[in-house]
Amino acid sequence: MQVSDIVKELKLKVYGGESGLNREVDGGYASDLLSDVMGHADAGNLWVTLQNHKNVMAIASLKELAAVILVKGIEPEADTLEQCNEEQIPILGTDLETFEIVGKIYQLISS
Amino acid sequence: MQTYRADLHIHTVLSPCGDLEMSPRNIVEQAKAQNIDIIAIADHNSTLHGPVIRKLAQPLGITVIFGAEVTTREEVHCLCLFDTESQRKKFQEYIDLNLPNIPNDPKSFGYQVVVNENDEIIEEIEPLLINGLKVGISSVEQTVHSLGGLFIPAHIDRPRNSLISQLGFVPPDLKFDALEIFWKTNPADILSQFPYLKNPTLIKNSDAHYIHQVGETYTTYQLAEPTFSELVKALKGEDERQVVGF
Repeated sequence: MQVSDIVKELKLKVYGGESGLNREVDGGYASDLLSDVMGHADAGNLWVTLQNHKNVMAIASLKELAAVILVKGIEPEADTLEQCNEEQIPILGTDLETFEIVGKIYQLISS
Repeated sequence: MQTYRADLHIHTVLSPCGDLEMSPRNIVEQAKAQNIDIIAIADHNSTLHGPVIRKLAQPLGITVIFGAEVTTREEVHCLCLFDTESQRKKFQEYIDLNLPNIPNDPKSFGYQVVVNENDEIIEEIEPLLINGLKVGISSVEQTVHSLGGLFIPAHIDRPRNSLISQLGFVPPDLKFDALEIFWKTNPADILSQFPYLKNPTLIKNSDAHYIHQVGETYTTYQLAEPTFSELVKALKGEDERQVVGF
């Protein structure tokens, strides 16, 4: 499954990093502690978080994540957006809370 | 030029986690007993106890710097320090504007009281002070610097509420005046962990929540006199002012 399939199925907003929408998704990770994500997320994961600082993109790139999903309608900061385009890793958005969007993603990926 | 001891991270009884013994009078007396020349009062998201402590400290010859330990939107703790009452007031307005209005539950978190110079309670603060502000770390940094203050991420290598725990690593373009490291930390470890930080100024403070901790950890500075402006120079290493060690 590609990031674009998940965007379509779950009606996610695409804030930036469109050139990475064809990345393959392999599972996901939900955490708001960037040190934790750095230690525990796996390559190809979707990362669900409410953090919108620029460091999010550096860690997404370091861990080769498929995409970042910001919850609760939170938008990326300007420099975060800039970096997601550079890194070609999409930043997506939903108005849902982490619990709800993770449930939907899990269902979609495991079906 | 002389050396001065400064402990720039002291909580008071106003912080919910600050012990009830952390009254302005006790803090000043303990700082004196520990031969500390400069203290900064840094309660969680509040600057309110600065003025009374400055007043009490003056006869003892201790310099008091105003400030707060701000919790940013990312839940990173940052020391925001100021020289004048007008700066303090403006920064307090910024905090009040951006602190979520969630009431404190003293049974869970502890009391948040403002006291006078006789240790009498004059006000209880309603919103929970340990919450994250609605603004991110860059916005806080810009506000502090626009007011002429010092911006120092607190205990950056602690596992909770630190720059590293919350944001994974020190953002390379963050404009800090110094980084506060944990009292046990070997500065060489920080420097080797973040080689892209070009010679950052590292300091240690007590982060005192209990009275015996005041001045237990401090940093020594070489200054012409124990003032805020001299400290600013020392953190930059200007005009022979410098951080001597901890």
